[in-house]
Amino acid sequence: MAQVAEALEQEQDAQSVVKKFMFVNRKAPYGTIYALEGLEVVLISAAFDQDVSLAFLDDGVYQLVKGQQTKGLEVKNFSPTYRALEGYDVEKLYVEGESLEARGLREDQLLVPVQVVSAQEMAQLMEQQDVIIGF
Amino acid sequence: MAIEVGGKTYETDEEGYLVNLADWTEELGGEIAKSENVEMSPNHWEVVNFLREYYNEYQIAPAVRVLTKAIGKKLGADKGNSKYLYELFPYGPAKQACKIAGLPKPTGCV
Repeated sequence: MAQVAEALEQEQDAQSVVKKFMFVNRKAPYGTIYALEGLEVVLISAAFDQDVSLAFLDDGVYQLVKGQQTKGLEVKNFSPTYRALEGYDVEKLYVEGESLEARGLREDQLLVPVQVVSAQEMAQLMEQQDVIIGF
Repeated sequence: MAIEVGGKTYETDEEGYLVNLADWTEELGGEIAKSENVEMSPNHWEVVNFLREYYNEYQIAPAVRVLTKAIGKKLGADKGNSKYLYELFPYGPAKQACKIAGLPKPTGCV
């Protein structure tokens, strides 16, 4: 019996293919729906036990800036939700250093722990993915 | 749709989730629970209050897996498991408890 169980488990392991998903965020958090929709897709995808990472480039880095105030825009400030990602086991957040620098931002101004990478390193990370979805 | 408590009417969506989070009171939560046939005990309130705190902090209603884990962390392993939570909220702890807590339906919950 134990042998059968073991074989079944191996079979299951072989069938459950974990793919590397990267969600690429390039847009500012407000003004368009991309950032919020992207975040929701990430939260949903976290339920499927895949290898999920997030990349922030261009104006997408603004999504992670601390102290967002949306009262004047009359939209919900959803930036606290990025802090929930850890609880969803989404812990790989990559931010492109060049994009930060071009906007006069520093890592300590971001609301979650991230890995700041160069554009070249980001390209390598993208190279390793099975699926890349852009928002 | 709408729910009536103490002579006041509160707007809900077609599935009975409160439209305005700010409308929520414990009394209103109790009323929603009644419509869900859930008899609220201190254990039920503990989960509902936990969800409200989670929402305040993260601005989302957690997925059930995340809720289970977070409750386990805060209230202990005997409460942080799906058996316990489904006993309290038979139609799904995330879905049903969120409704009672006046939160939107959890993201990704169909």
